[in-house]
Amino acid sequence: MRFIFKTDYGQDIKLAKHGGHVFWYSLLCAALVLAPWLVSEYLLAQLTFILIYGIVGVGLMLLAGFTGQFSIGHAAFFGVGAYTQAVLTGMGWPFPLALAAGAALSATVGVVVGLPALRVKGIYLGIATLSFGFIVEEVFARWESVTGGNAGKTVGQIKMFGWTADTGASFYFVCLVITVLATLAVVNLLRSHTGRAFVAIRDSEISAQSMGIHLAYYKTMSFAISAALAGIGGALYAHQIRFLSPDQFNIIQSIDLLLMVVIGGLGSIHGAFLGAIFLIGLPQAISAVKDFLPDAIGQAPGLKAVIYGAVLIAFVLFEPLGLYGRWLKIRTWFQLFPFYRKGLFKRQKSFQKSDRLK
Amino acid sequence: MQVFQLLISGISQGCIYGLIALGFVLIYKATETVSFAQGELMMLGAFGGLACMTFLGFPFWLAVISAIGAMAVFGVLLERVVIRPILGQPAFSIVMLTIGIGYVARGLITMIPNIGTETHTLPVPYKDMIWKLGGDANGIGALVINIEQVVVIASTAMLCVLLFAMFRYSKLGIAMQASSQNQLAAYYMGIPVKRLNGLVWGLAAAVAAIAGLLLAPITFVHANMGFIGLKAFPAAVVGGFGSLPGAIVGGLIIGIVESLSGFYLPDGFKDTAAYIVVLVMLMVKPNGLFGEKLRKKV
Repeated sequence: MRFIFKTDYGQDIKLAKHGGHVFWYSLLCAALVLAPWLVSEYLLAQLTFILIYGIVGVGLMLLAGFTGQFSIGHAAFFGVGAYTQAVLTGMGWPFPLALAAGAALSATVGVVVGLPALRVKGIYLGIATLSFGFIVEEVFARWESVTGGNAGKTVGQIKMFGWTADTGASFYFVCLVITVLATLAVVNLLRSHTGRAFVAIRDSEISAQSMGIHLAYYKTMSFAISAALAGIGGALYAHQIRFLSPDQFNIIQSIDLLLMVVIGGLGSIHGAFLGAIFLIGLPQAISAVKDFLPDAIGQAPGLKAVIYGAVLIAFVLFEPLGLYGRWLKIRTWFQLFPFYRKGLFKRQKSFQKSDRLK
Repeated sequence: MQVFQLLISGISQGCIYGLIALGFVLIYKATETVSFAQGELMMLGAFGGLACMTFLGFPFWLAVISAIGAMAVFGVLLERVVIRPILGQPAFSIVMLTIGIGYVARGLITMIPNIGTETHTLPVPYKDMIWKLGGDANGIGALVINIEQVVVIASTAMLCVLLFAMFRYSKLGIAMQASSQNQLAAYYMGIPVKRLNGLVWGLAAAVAAIAGLLLAPITFVHANMGFIGLKAFPAAVVGGFGSLPGAIVGGLIIGIVESLSGFYLPDGFKDTAAYIVVLVMLMVKPNGLFGEKLRKKV
């Protein structure tokens, strides 16, 4: 058990709280930098996907986990970023400029969607974003002169200023740098007054408003940042997958993104990455164990959906804090050994608060 | 004539949306949670009907009744096993939970060998029957009405009357109304709120099964038919999320708009019409047509 002796107010908002953080995150960074030499080409591609989904996850986590606004149409922002990147790099724009343009466009779209979000709450917001997602998917399919429609659109490699990311490793490094920057930006935002305003809105809109937080401004900002990060993720996704079609950005993708943050653990940045590992790793795990199952189960087409659904149900029922919450419990168990008590993380029994007032 | 034709197909489609939306609204009114699995419950109902008719060889009416009854029991069990333990958690957990239930239901149906991945026709007695009204001697310009559509509209109307009577006159319906208005007060009056919530889930599942059985002859029975449930959300919102007649009216509006825009507007508007309508509605009148203005208590 570690006790931090605080001698300075600055310690409260330090990124690395103690030496352990510095050590473990440095180790993680070193492992990630050395990964191209340590793992196979195939695993590296999967790792790249994890980083890309991690960026989107961090963005969605900011919106869902820290501002308490749920978007069931995040694939739309993801798609806007991907298609912008595809079109602009097709026109010969250098990678960083196209990326910035994609992020800016996604953020603008996010603000447009965020505007009705200011009037509606809870489930209405979910339905508004869901509807928006469907409309954007249809636009991708119909605007054939730009998106290539259902026939799809191919995307080239990353090119900037005479340099081309033509190997898996070089693309991996581009993704790694952007992921680290995006994560640091979000973590930094969360310890500023803006981030605290987000958390205050999540915990209670009315108390946040009474404390002088402008709800509309902060909610729109959260939407915009989240959409911009989804757009950046989408742009990298376009380069990684090299072929875009509208059905990659449908409702299933939106729900997958949401599933990622819920299973990872709402309200923690770690959770976004753990969720991304889960989302990318589970299909691999399923195809690995498929051969050992009887054919009637292992080769059935619905197996993936059943496992996804069952895992989601299990997490909501038994581990609402997600994978990160599970990790916290395991860590605490080791730290307190042998004094871990069962009720340590017990959920407080809460009664449903009615939204209705007569 | 063209317009009438479109209106009738729009209304019958709208009735389906309305019935699914009715399920959302029933659950929302009773427990203030939103079920994303309603479309999948509809799909399960249709498959239940199919199983009764083709594999068990039940006669039509027995098959319909047993499918609806089975789904009602399934709804009650679902509430008891997975929904009740997390009641009181943030509303979004329940949304994710029902999304998970939907995934599992769809996956399990797909996993049934040789049946889950195929599309099936539901052998109903009124299949492919047509009425012709008006027109000249050769039948040109006549109004062609599929009996299937008439059945959808008539059964929806009948179900609405039944539900209205239940909520108005039966003890159970009045108790449900009471507990949806104020759970705590209802509990103090001796109404078993928990058991009622279970029954409401059962009722919602039964209504979804009816929607599935009505939709099946028009489209087909297949594992992904539950996605139509996503179009019932706009219906529920347009009508006002807390209003039962609103759900049906919203469904009719969405159905008619969809069918008219499919004919008069360019390609692509048919599929998105419902969502455009709901976005406009949310901006203009967020509480829907029949919704009541709600303010949040601190």
